[in-house]
Amino acid sequence: MNTQTTTQAHLEQGATEAVVEAKNLDLVFPTNDGPVQALKDVNLTINKGDFVSFIGPSGCGKTTFLRVMAALEHPTGGSITVNGMSPDEARKNRAYGYVFQAAGLYPWRSIAKNIKLPLEIMGYSKSEQDKRVEQVLELVELAGFGGKYPWQLSGGMQQRASIARALAFDADILLMDEPFGALDEIVRDHLNEQLLKLWARTNKTIGFVTHSIPEAVYLSTKIVVMSPRPGRITDVIESTLPRERPLDIRDSQEFIDIAHRVREGLRAGHADD
Amino acid sequence: MKTFLSVLTVLAAIVAFWYAACVPMNIKGVLDAAERAGVEVSPATSKERRDLGSFGLVVNNSFAIPETFAQDRPRLPAPHQVITELWKTTVMKKVTSKRSLVYHAQVTLNATLLGFVIGTGLGILLAVGIVHSKVMDMSVMPWAIVSQTIPIIALAPMIIVVLYSVGVQGILPKAIISAYLSFFPVVVGMVKGLRSPDAMQLDLLKTYGANTNQGFWKLRLPSSMPYLFASLKIGIAASLLGAIVGELPTGAVAGLGARLLAGSYYGQTVQIWSALFAAAILAGLLVALLDLIERGVLKRMGMAS
Repeated sequence: MNTQTTTQAHLEQGATEAVVEAKNLDLVFPTNDGPVQALKDVNLTINKGDFVSFIGPSGCGKTTFLRVMAALEHPTGGSITVNGMSPDEARKNRAYGYVFQAAGLYPWRSIAKNIKLPLEIMGYSKSEQDKRVEQVLELVELAGFGGKYPWQLSGGMQQRASIARALAFDADILLMDEPFGALDEIVRDHLNEQLLKLWARTNKTIGFVTHSIPEAVYLSTKIVVMSPRPGRITDVIESTLPRERPLDIRDSQEFIDIAHRVREGLRAGHADD
Repeated sequence: MKTFLSVLTVLAAIVAFWYAACVPMNIKGVLDAAERAGVEVSPATSKERRDLGSFGLVVNNSFAIPETFAQDRPRLPAPHQVITELWKTTVMKKVTSKRSLVYHAQVTLNATLLGFVIGTGLGILLAVGIVHSKVMDMSVMPWAIVSQTIPIIALAPMIIVVLYSVGVQGILPKAIISAYLSFFPVVVGMVKGLRSPDAMQLDLLKTYGANTNQGFWKLRLPSSMPYLFASLKIGIAASLLGAIVGELPTGAVAGLGARLLAGSYYGQTVQIWSALFAAAILAGLLVALLDLIERGVLKRMGMAS
């Protein structure tokens, strides 16, 4: 795999430091109906501290790209580096936490024990585990809920617990695959606001897959618009919104303009269907 | 309350049907005995009575109906006869007595439990192997299925003879037959249970860099618990069946199977039926016990349905 990008690590702190670099990425799934091109010629750079949203219709490869970053899928062509390493190496270095659409908490474990799961697997000491659980519960505003069981929590709280679980081992990159897709809009607004706060406090790099245009515009510093058959990037929008974003920023002209451009990008992707 | 009444109604219907069946089943025996005792019956000779058929006999000799519920060795014992026998051979006898059903049930229970433990352990081990190794999946699973197509009644004498020839006797041969029947539901259930975590759960562990071992203990095994308990309930009933069948070809002198066998040698139908009921009650108790444990465990694990 291409390792030229490691030179990026020499860039000075504060300058834009590439965390993820994809070049001419291709991924073809063999299926019974013949090969499916899930990703075609994807080029993308994600910088440290970015909040990148991937938006597009089903089958556009947004989830696939996230999974490639996480080494859950392997590209069939092109190159990708995460922190200057291959995704597999990055995983071994605990470079990222992954949040799925379903919270996927173990019903037989309390919230605290659920958050300890990755820590147990990675061999953290008992006292370190307890300390980190305390910290991340604080971060997702679930302090005091460690002893509860998943069924005692609402859907939104469960998803926050699963975010806490992904944060527990302090990975630099947080990959989120439609984490709020199954929640209602009011809860979703609240969680979006919390997620921005969490991002500001932790300075993580976040990759976020979503179906929702307002969600993408509200959260992101960079919006990647994708389209299907074959899965590809049709537009990359650098958001001009400030990092500090109250919910009512969504009524500003700037917000509406960016949302408009996203919508245009999505439409363009469909034009050649 | 309504369900309780419905259940009682069904039970009453079964008992009523049973009593009704006793009359034609036993009438001929009653009339033969009555003829020997000098009572006038119609028709008069045994051969004529055979030609007439049961229902005809009942119509012609309705005076004999009460007697069909009270014979010593009826073809079909009446419910109260079975219950009386059960009472006499459990509560009224010392448990150490060779005529106590509790004693016989306990002999069979020992073999059942030993076989159940062996079968469950073997079943879980096989399931773990099958889930983790494609080779085992393709080589063991078909044999496990084939093993259950052989009638146990044909296989049991062979197992006992083979084991006897290598010097194994006593409780172990019976337990092995029990295990032979009970490992299968456990294999099938546990394979399904260990495979029950969905792709997302497995991906999540992968992102943590978990190894197979950690995946097994932290995710697969806990996820399989509801499946395990469903299998155990089938397995324990199969175990009891295996232990009883294991007692039949050995000429065993103790155990519910031995009671069944002795009953059929001497035409003691009441004894056969009470042994059958004892076996059924024992199976019911074992399954109920497992059900209780299941509820407790799954509730604690947050998996109660």
